[in-house]
Amino acid sequence: MTEASLYLLQQIINGLTIGSTYALIAIGYTMVYGIIGMINFAHGEIYMIGSYVSFIVITGLLAMGSFALPLVLFIALLVAMLIASTYGWTVERVAYRPLRGSNRLIALISAIGMSIFLQNYVALAQGSRDVALAPLISGSVLELGSLDTFEVTLSWMQLLIWVVTLVTMTSLTLFISRSRMGRACRACAEDLGMTNLLGIDTNRIISLTFVIGAALAAIAGLLLGLYYGVINPFIGFMAGLKAFTAAVLGGIGSIPGAMLGGLILGVTEALTAAYFPSEYKDVVAFGLLVTILLFRPTGILGKPEVEKV
Amino acid sequence: MSQLLLDVNELTMRFGGLLAVNAVNLKVRNRQIVSIIGPNGAGKTTVFNCLSGFYIPTDGSVLFNGDQLAGLKDFQISRKGLVRTFQHVRLFSKMTVIENMLVAQHRHLNTNLFAGMFKTPSYRRLEQEAMDRAIYWLEEVDLLQHANREAGYLAYGQQRKLEIARCMSTQPELLLLDEPAAGLNPFETKELDQLIIRLRDEHEISVLLIEHDMGLVMGISDHIYVIAQGTPLADGTPDEVKQNPDVIKAYLGES
Repeated sequence: MTEASLYLLQQIINGLTIGSTYALIAIGYTMVYGIIGMINFAHGEIYMIGSYVSFIVITGLLAMGSFALPLVLFIALLVAMLIASTYGWTVERVAYRPLRGSNRLIALISAIGMSIFLQNYVALAQGSRDVALAPLISGSVLELGSLDTFEVTLSWMQLLIWVVTLVTMTSLTLFISRSRMGRACRACAEDLGMTNLLGIDTNRIISLTFVIGAALAAIAGLLLGLYYGVINPFIGFMAGLKAFTAAVLGGIGSIPGAMLGGLILGVTEALTAAYFPSEYKDVVAFGLLVTILLFRPTGILGKPEVEKV
Repeated sequence: MSQLLLDVNELTMRFGGLLAVNAVNLKVRNRQIVSIIGPNGAGKTTVFNCLSGFYIPTDGSVLFNGDQLAGLKDFQISRKGLVRTFQHVRLFSKMTVIENMLVAQHRHLNTNLFAGMFKTPSYRRLEQEAMDRAIYWLEEVDLLQHANREAGYLAYGQQRKLEIARCMSTQPELLLLDEPAAGLNPFETKELDQLIIRLRDEHEISVLLIEHDMGLVMGISDHIYVIAQGTPLADGTPDEVKQNPDVIKAYLGES
């Protein structure tokens, strides 16, 4: 392969990796929007909290020693999902549920407030400086080619991100399409009022979507934290915006849309950074958001909202 | 006389200065078909909205099986056995017919997450029961052959029947139907007519009906309430109502 195509290949691998994590976070936006029609702007912070919890657990367990790395990561993942879910649940209960039925703008402001609160809360509790973790997973699975200037590889870390994302997305899809709760989630997304009238406590279903979204964000928090190795209390803001973009890109309210949107956004960013000054990647990402909103507001897989008579 | 199922006393609903429902009394007994009729805008649907928990009535009491319904959330009311349909079809149109039936039975299924994850025997049994009930009601309304189609693709008349079947799968004691015959052709109306009678006679539930199709109302009702401008005008058997001068005046105007 030529140098140019190897370079392209490497960027696509990198883009799919970042894109997978965007997709994981985007699920939380899209599920909540699908059911109660609000953008949960504090969702990025849940991702950040997931990152912090997993860092704390990993550091703690490694300091105690005598644990195998896969076990450490697994425990960290479970604890991060659990704690992030608790945060997700509580945020909905405290900041959104009392405002249900009021103007959408009010819930949005409450969400932004919650986001600022959580950022500062973590900054106070954990310090606002960067926290770093030495790379735990190094080495590459595959050497796809090498030239004098660089090697094209798929690293273990990237493979881990791909596999975990794939497993999570598959489980989620099965859960939504097959399980009883998933069925109720879909019913709520279509007609919340009617679902209520059929005797389903829709508040529980709404809580459930917040919990699922938060757990998925925590998975992304652990993965991206390990991938970059550095976190701070403010990473949730940008990650949240990117994931939101991904959700809109794929069609907000649509779960496959969020998955697709995440991957497309990740690859677009990686390619921009590869061929243009890398500072432009955010410009392109959000430019994409504006373009989508102008020309196809329903997103790639979204269906136009049918006006209810 | 059979037992009193729904007992509405002096139900009043005010929206600001507008008196939408004014001291309406309503009684539905077990195994009875009761209709509410009245000109457009008379407040019939508002009464339904008060009964099903959509609105909180300004005044009056609603007793269902002796329990006060006022203050209960809509999902709690439907759990007590009072379910309703709407004037327009409100199916989960992107879900299949059978899924629509199963969602309605959500609360009858085991709510334990672990039971669902590991498919415990009790979970399986409840799932099976829900499925059996869904199939039973789809057969009753002659929709079983469409079980795996998306509900939104059914013909309009079939969607209306599916709504009734979905309500029935929640095992209600009282079914509130808001203009079930609207938009149906004469043949479908006839079928609906038969279905409602079967609900009373074979399935032993009560039906409270809002309907404009007088043929349907007069043919099947045990008791009829007439409301005009939110105020009760008359009530009685179909024959009594038909001959009531106030009712004739409200419908046909002064002569």
